[in-house]
Amino acid sequence: MGDVILEVRDLRVYYSTKRGRVHAVDGVSFDLHAGETLGVVGETGCGKSTLGKSILGLLPPRTQVTGRLALRGRDLVGISEAELRRLRGEELALIFQDPMTRLDPLMTIREHFVETIRAHDRKVRADEAAERAADVLRSMGIPDNRLKHYPHEFSGGMRQRIMIALALVLNPKLLVADEPTTALDVIVEAQILDILRDLRRAYSMSLILITHNLGIVAEVCDRVAVMYAGQFVEVGPVETIFRRPIHPYTQGLLASTISMATKELRSIDGLPPSLLTPPSGCRFHPRCPYAQDICTWEEPAMVEYRPGQPAACHFGKDFV
Amino acid sequence: MTQDLLQVEALKVHFPVKMNVMQAAGRAVLRRIAAGDAQESAQYERPRVHAVDGISFDVSPGEILGLVGESGCGKTTTGRAVVRLVEPTDGRVVFEGRDITHLPEDALRPLRPRMQIVFQDPHAALNPAMTIGQSIMDPLLIHASIDSAEAKPDVLRVMTEVGLSPAADLFTKYPADLSGGQKQRAVIARAILLRPSLLVADEPVAMLDMSIRARILELLLDLRRRYQLALLFITHDLATAKFLCDRIAIMYLGRIVELGAAADIFRDPKHPYTRALIAAVPVPEPGRARPESLPHGEIPDAIRPPAGCRFHPRCPVALPTCGWEGRDFIDFLEERHLDPERAKGDEAVVGTADEWHAVGRTAGHTLGDQDPGQVAAYVRSILAGAPEPLAKAVEAVDAEADQVVVRFRAPDPLAPKQVEGRMVECLLY
Repeated sequence: MGDVILEVRDLRVYYSTKRGRVHAVDGVSFDLHAGETLGVVGETGCGKSTLGKSILGLLPPRTQVTGRLALRGRDLVGISEAELRRLRGEELALIFQDPMTRLDPLMTIREHFVETIRAHDRKVRADEAAERAADVLRSMGIPDNRLKHYPHEFSGGMRQRIMIALALVLNPKLLVADEPTTALDVIVEAQILDILRDLRRAYSMSLILITHNLGIVAEVCDRVAVMYAGQFVEVGPVETIFRRPIHPYTQGLLASTISMATKELRSIDGLPPSLLTPPSGCRFHPRCPYAQDICTWEEPAMVEYRPGQPAACHFGKDFV
Repeated sequence: MTQDLLQVEALKVHFPVKMNVMQAAGRAVLRRIAAGDAQESAQYERPRVHAVDGISFDVSPGEILGLVGESGCGKTTTGRAVVRLVEPTDGRVVFEGRDITHLPEDALRPLRPRMQIVFQDPHAALNPAMTIGQSIMDPLLIHASIDSAEAKPDVLRVMTEVGLSPAADLFTKYPADLSGGQKQRAVIARAILLRPSLLVADEPVAMLDMSIRARILELLLDLRRRYQLALLFITHDLATAKFLCDRIAIMYLGRIVELGAAADIFRDPKHPYTRALIAAVPVPEPGRARPESLPHGEIPDAIRPPAGCRFHPRCPVALPTCGWEGRDFIDFLEERHLDPERAKGDEAVVGTADEWHAVGRTAGHTLGDQDPGQVAAYVRSILAGAPEPLAKAVEAVDAEADQVVVRFRAPDPLAPKQVEGRMVECLLY
């Protein structure tokens, strides 16, 4: 494994709302290595998107962020906006679910690239910038003659390719992809996943892939973190998480996933908890079929029940 | 008389593209100018989206038929046309033995309780100002002409049946108080309260989290068991369709390309599109080999669907007879020019892809002072490096006056065929 690119320690992100404080991310720790792809999976409202945004410093004002978030040894928590802006693009990049809302409808694709490149280096001439744009777009299968077109003239898959190209044109070290294929059809999704896989090899880039789709994680990621109610409940290599999950939530999530191999339907009882008032103890205990007394009052720590596969469950050793 | 609950025959639904007065007038003028040339004049007809373009299927009582395809394939429009929420352009819809294709609304209304529809987004399907009880009860008041006191016991019973319990409590709650799964149950309760024989379910679990999807699917299976309820299950999710459906129709650009028993189709897909679709689904099993070749590109525009088989421009096993036409040549040039070296060489002789125009089965390029014969020879040499089916479909590359024209052969006629117990629309069979 390569060097640690991103070190996250006890990260907490709290939103203040009228109804109280939302614990969107509540004590998350992990390391991401150079060239590694980490999948973050979880259901709606588990805090996975907030985690992605916190890495890029894209949280709304007055959000409380504590803990350590270090990119190549440099802490990003509390860093100035000007510094962050420089890092975004050159070191960090983000791609979103819906590219249409992230591209300016009044700007041509060429203008998007020229603006991005020149925002980071004024000395680059517009035609040089366009040349670089053409190179990276060609690598995504988009011909030069389309640089003059506007976002609405592209299909959904093309737009997502443009977003990826735009994120990569400055050669970032870390790409965060938040549900990058959820708005796409299955064949186009497979095309985009192929592109993401190739990129890691070509650019030796690290990737955090946030998704609710376990199939995508299995096909693209090296490691996976399972997130529930603002916390990581289990982290490990894709291979062992899928075949030998430890945490009961991971087990339930895998069992309830409807795949081509599904023979009978399974579901997890109850509903994901509110992040305003998360349950005491283990946050999964109200839905957990194995919950005991201790689970209701003591928060379980992440314990490495299997090497490289920590899980936050009091009874983790029973599931190894 | 067949025992089919629903028969759909050669159904077409076309939507005119919205245009302003100037656009429409401009087209009318161009159409007159081009009046002599049928093919060119057809280009200036008012554009129409061919959402559903001649499909046939039937559904038996208690059967679950899946309409499966990617966005824009026409599956949702088909579902809506079946319950007459959009007007069919052509073809026939026969429900419980009655032709309802053009039945006026007042004649249709007595049939409505028998055919219901459930949409993807339960948040949008419930009136936020009505309690859950009122929402579910509403159709009963409309169709059964009873008052709410008489209707309430029925509503509570159905709510319990779909798992909305305690029903009496939830009856007085508002949609905002319910989870997504509960709202979808309420929508289903409202649809089945009138004891329909057919339920069109349009992506009913797509917006729900994985851990609760299974419960809604179980509910649908349970309703089918208890009431012989037939489902037209519309989805883009092949895994769900595989688990739930008895038979499956795979749709692509307004056509059904394959229709048969779900087990057969998943075990041994026949149509190249079905194969591609199944292979592309990400599987939650690490270490599985990725499909080697994915169809390139995306679903084309349904305003001008490709000639012949609509899948031919993306098909990995296309034949020269599948319907190649002028714009396929331009797409080929565009792809070829992704290589800057080749692009430079080509541009000097045949220009960029933008400088070519396609009309039907021909693609043309107007020349400056080059020698047409030489340019035609160059085009032929490019074609030698084109995908084989496209290259073989070229009938001639002609130099005429100031133009070079690439002509494609006519496609072989495409018709649905019986292949190993199912219907497939593909020239391979």
